[in-house]
Amino acid sequence: MTTTAEPTTTPSPEVGKARVRKEDARLITGRTRYTDAITPQGTLHIHVVRSPLAHAKVLGVDKSEAAASPGVIGVYTAADLGVESVGLPCAWPITPDMKAPQRPLLASSTVHFAGEGVAVVVARSAAEARDAADLVDVDYEELEPVLDMEAALAEGATLVHPDLGTNENATWVLDSGEAGTGGRIGDAIAAAEADPDSVVVKRRFRQQRLIPAFMEPRSCVVDPSGEQLTIYAATQVPHILRTMTTVTMGLNESKVRVIAPDVGGGFGGKIGVLPEEMLCVALANKLRRPVKWTETRSESMLAAHHGRDQIQDITITAKRDGTVTGLDVHLLADMGAYLGLVGPGVPILGAFMYNAIYKIPALKFSCTNVFTTKTLTDAYRGAGRPEATFAIERIMDELAVELGRDPMDLRKQNWIPHEEFPFTTVAGLTYDSGNYEQATAQAVEMFDYDGLRREQEERRRNNDPVQLGIGISTFTEMCGIAPSRLLGSLSYGAGGWEAASVRMLATGKVEVTTGASPHGQGHETAFSQIVADQLGVPFEDVEILHGDTQVSPKGLDTYGSRSLVVGGIAVVKAVDKVIAKARKIAAHLLEASEDDLEFADGTFTVRGTDKGKAIQEIAFAAFVAHDYPEDMEPSLDADAVYDPENFSYPHGTHLAAVEIDTETGRVHLRKYVCVDDVGTVINPLIVEGQVHGGLAQGIAQALFEEANYDEQGTLVNGTLVDYTLPSAADLPNFDTAVVSTPATSNPLGVKGVGEAGTIASTPAIVNGVLDALRHLGVRDIEMPTTSQRVWRAIQEAQGRSTQQTPVDTHSPGAGLGSIDPNNPQEEEVQ
Amino acid sequence: MIPAKFDYVKPASVADAVRALREGGDDAKIIAGGQSLLPVLRLRLAAPSLVIDLGGIAELRGIRDDGDRIAIGAMTSYYDILRDDLVKQHVALLGQATETVADNQVRHRGTLGGALAHADPAGDLGAPALALDAEMVIAGESGTRTVPAAEFFVDYFTTAIGEGEILTEIRFPKYTGWGSHYEKFNRTAQAWSMCAVAVAVRVDGGSIAEARVGLTNMGTTPIRATGVEQALVGQQATAEAIRAAADRATEGTAAPSDADAAADYREHLARVLTGRAVLAAAG
Repeated sequence: MTTTAEPTTTPSPEVGKARVRKEDARLITGRTRYTDAITPQGTLHIHVVRSPLAHAKVLGVDKSEAAASPGVIGVYTAADLGVESVGLPCAWPITPDMKAPQRPLLASSTVHFAGEGVAVVVARSAAEARDAADLVDVDYEELEPVLDMEAALAEGATLVHPDLGTNENATWVLDSGEAGTGGRIGDAIAAAEADPDSVVVKRRFRQQRLIPAFMEPRSCVVDPSGEQLTIYAATQVPHILRTMTTVTMGLNESKVRVIAPDVGGGFGGKIGVLPEEMLCVALANKLRRPVKWTETRSESMLAAHHGRDQIQDITITAKRDGTVTGLDVHLLADMGAYLGLVGPGVPILGAFMYNAIYKIPALKFSCTNVFTTKTLTDAYRGAGRPEATFAIERIMDELAVELGRDPMDLRKQNWIPHEEFPFTTVAGLTYDSGNYEQATAQAVEMFDYDGLRREQEERRRNNDPVQLGIGISTFTEMCGIAPSRLLGSLSYGAGGWEAASVRMLATGKVEVTTGASPHGQGHETAFSQIVADQLGVPFEDVEILHGDTQVSPKGLDTYGSRSLVVGGIAVVKAVDKVIAKARKIAAHLLEASEDDLEFADGTFTVRGTDKGKAIQEIAFAAFVAHDYPEDMEPSLDADAVYDPENFSYPHGTHLAAVEIDTETGRVHLRKYVCVDDVGTVINPLIVEGQVHGGLAQGIAQALFEEANYDEQGTLVNGTLVDYTLPSAADLPNFDTAVVSTPATSNPLGVKGVGEAGTIASTPAIVNGVLDALRHLGVRDIEMPTTSQRVWRAIQEAQGRSTQQTPVDTHSPGAGLGSIDPNNPQEEEVQ
Repeated sequence: MIPAKFDYVKPASVADAVRALREGGDDAKIIAGGQSLLPVLRLRLAAPSLVIDLGGIAELRGIRDDGDRIAIGAMTSYYDILRDDLVKQHVALLGQATETVADNQVRHRGTLGGALAHADPAGDLGAPALALDAEMVIAGESGTRTVPAAEFFVDYFTTAIGEGEILTEIRFPKYTGWGSHYEKFNRTAQAWSMCAVAVAVRVDGGSIAEARVGLTNMGTTPIRATGVEQALVGQQATAEAIRAAADRATEGTAAPSDADAAADYREHLARVLTGRAVLAAAG
C-alpha cells in the first residue's frame, strides 16, 4: 500500500508545550498503585520494634507476651532470622581506607541510634502487629550518646563503633594544586595574608539536619509466590534495589523482580536499601507468604535517612579590588550511626561546586565524615550541592561586606563571562554552556533591584521597625549524574548511564521503557513529548513504561536531576535507531534509495516526489513481515544505553526581598524572583512545578526546618506538628522565568531542573536576612533563621544580653508536638 | 499510624452521652471533633478503652441569640462559627481567633467545645473565652451547672469539667460595637500559637472605656491580662498610651520555654503583640 503524502499542516511541536501531566489525574486523586495499596492474597504485616535510646546495649529481648498476642505469627530478632551477619550495602567507599561499620537489619548487641530496629513482629494484620510490638520487652543498658561532631573526633571520645577505633569515617580531599587544575590554596592564603591589598575572610556555617518528609511513607511488599521473588517498593531506585538485594541477601539476581509502582515523592529520601525491605525478603522466604511493611509518619521522621548536617569552615581570599584568589573549604559531615547507600559520597558531590560560577584560581576541599549516634544521613534534594552553593554564596556576601562592595557587582567581577565557555574550572569540570549575564539581567529587572535598594536605604534611614534585606544567589549546579568513568574515578559503586527501549506496536502505537524511575516528576508526560516529536506520532500514542525490572530490565533510576539529561537522551538514542530501521524498510517498500528519503512529521518521503510512508505503516509492515529487506530483522524495536560525556550545568539568578520585623524577629519573605537557565525546556509547566517545589524546600531550610536532638540523642521534633514544614500559606507567589542556553553535551540541549530551586534558594534567603540586619550589627544567624534567633541576634548586636536559646524541649504546652512521646503526660484530651 | 484498640459509641443525646461516660469510667474519652484526640491516639500517647463521639448529638450544634448572651453549642465547628452573623456582630473576637486555627480541614472538623475542654494552653480559643467572660455550661448526671471562664481553666489540659461531665454550651456576653483583634504569632501559618493576644475594647470618644485582654500560651492556662486592662481604661487610644499599658502584659504570666521560644522571648512577644492587638482593636 502506497499512500500519497498529502501536504498537511505541520503539527506544532510537543517539546515546549505546557502540557498538564498525563499522570496527574490518577496520582492526585490517589486512585493509583501506591505500594501500600498492593496486598496479595494471604499477606502478612510486620511492625518493627525500635529502640527509644540513641546508644545502648541490648541485654535481652522478651518476646513471649507479644508472641501470644492475637493474630501474631511470630516475633523475631536478627538471630532468630539468621541475619546477624547481613550488612546493608554502602555503594560509595569514598576512600580506600574508609571505615565502614556493619549496618544490620536489626540491632543485635548494641543499638546506635534512636529508631533502630531491635525486633520485628509479624501478624495477620498491620494493627495486630502494631499492638504486639508494644508488648515486646527489650532490656537496654544505656551507653553514652555521641552527638557532637567535633567532640566525636576528639581524643578519648566515646566511640559509636568501638571496633572501628575511631568516629571518623573518612577524609576526602580535592586540591587544585595537587590535581593540577589550579593553584595551591596554602600559597593563596599566605600571599593574601602578606599583602595589604588583599583580604582573608573566614566564616563557619552550619548546615542543619533536615528530614526529607516525602508525602508517601516508605513501604514494601515482598511476594514469594512466583518463580521470581517480587518486591514492590516505594523506592526511587528499583534497579539498584534489585541488584543490591541479591548481593545483600545472597539471592540469584534472575530470581528477583523489583517493582516501584507509583511512588509519592522521594527527594532523595527513597534512595536506599532499607533494613525493613531486607527483613521482608527474609521473612517472605522463611514464611513463604507475602509480607508487607508500611512505616508510620513517626517512623519515617525518626528512621528514614536525614539530610545535610554539616559544619562548614570556609576561607576566601581576594584582592581589595574584589578579585577572588582562593577558596579553602573544610567540612565535617555527620553520617549518623551508619553509612547509607551513598551517604559518605553526598558531601563529595558538593566538592566540585564550591567554586560555583566563579573563576577561582585555587581551591582546596577537605571533608571529614563523622559517625554519631543519630539517624543516618544520605541524599536529600541537591545532595552536597545545596551545601556548596550555600557556602560560596554566603561567603561572597561576606566578602562584599568586607570590601564594601555591592554583592551583585562583586559576583559579576568574578563570574565566568559568557564568551569564555566552555570553561574548565578549578575543580576540573568543564562547564559546556552558560550565560550568567543574561539570567542575572532578567532577574534584576523583574525584581526591581535598584528600586528595592532605594527602599532599603529609606527604611534604614527612618529606622523603620520593618527592615528590608535583599538576598542574592547566583548559582550553578552539576546534574545529570553521571559520566560512568568519572564515577569510577570517585570510587562510586556503579556507572551513570541510563537505558531505554522503544517498541513499535503493530497498530502504530509506541511503548517506551526507561530505566529512570519517576516518583512525582512527570517522566511519562515529558518523555512522551520528546518521543512524539522525534517519531512524528501523536502524544497520545506514546506510553512510557518504567519502574518494573521485568518491563524495563536495565536502568539506574532517578536522582541527581538525571532523568531527562541521561534517561531522556537514552530515549532519543533508541528512537534514532528505530528511525534508522524504519528508513531501511521504507526505502524497500518505496523502491527508493535510503539516501533519497526525507523523514519529517512521522513520514518518510521520497525527495522530489509525493510518495511516502508513515512510520505507522512501516511498523505494520514490520509486524506482518511479508515484505522487508533481506539484510535486517522484521522489527523496528530498539534499545539504547546512554552514558553521558559530561554533567549538565543549569544555573540561575535568584533574588529574595526579605522583610524583618525587628520588634519580633519575624522574617517575612516578600518577594522571590528567579531566572533559571535549564537549557531546552521540554515542558514549561513541569519546569515551573519543579522550580516551585524546589524553592519551597530550599526556603524551608533557610527559615523553617531543623531536626532537633536533645542531649540524650532523642529526636524531639519528630512529628509534622513541630517539624515545621512550610505550606503554601508561608510562601509568597514566586516570580519565575527561564532563559535557555542549550547544553552542548546532549542532542536535546537539556539540563536538569529537579534540584535547582532547592540548591539556589537557601543562601538567597539567608543573605537577605543578614542584609536586612547588618546595619544593626548582626553578622550571622544560624539556619533556620527563626524569629527567636533573629530577635536574639538583634538584641546581642545592640548589646542587650538575653537568655540562652537552649530550652526545655520536653516542656508540654505548645501544642501536640511538644507532648513528649517518651514521657507522655496524663492529659484530658477531647 | 494505628491507635490501640478502643470501643466506640455515638450517643444521640446528652443524657445518653453522660450515661456512657459513667459506664465507661476512667478509661472513657470524649471525642468532639478529634483534631487533637486522634493524633494523640494514633501516637498512642493515650489509649482509652471507650471513645464517646458527641458528633451525633444535634442539640450540641448551633449558635443562637439568647437575650443578653450568644449561646454556642459545644459541638459547633470552627467553620460554622466563622461564617455566623451573630458571632460577627456580637462576639467578633471569637471569630477572629477561630480564623487563625490550623487549616481549613481542621476548621471543618474541630469544635469550640472540644478545643476548650482540651485546654491546650497553646490553643487559640481559650484566651478569647476568658477575656470575654464566657460561661461554660456543663452537664452531668445531676443536671447542668455553669462555670465562668475564669474558673474553668485549671492547669495544663485540665478544666473544671468533672468526672462524668460534658461541656455542652458556651455562652458569651454580647460585645456589640466593641473593637477586637486576635494577634497570633507562630512558626508556620498552620502551627500552634507561640504566643497570641486576644483583645476587645470599647472606645468612647477617643478613649478606652472598657478593655478585655487574654493571652494564649503564656502559662499553663489562658491568662487574663488584668494589669493591661486596668492600665488601658480611661486612656486615649494613642500608640504611646497603648504601648505603655502593654508593658504590663507579662504580669501574672508563667511563660513556658520550648524549642520555638524561651520564656524571655515569649514575654517580649506578649508585650509587643499586646500593643499591636490593642491598637488594631481600638483602630
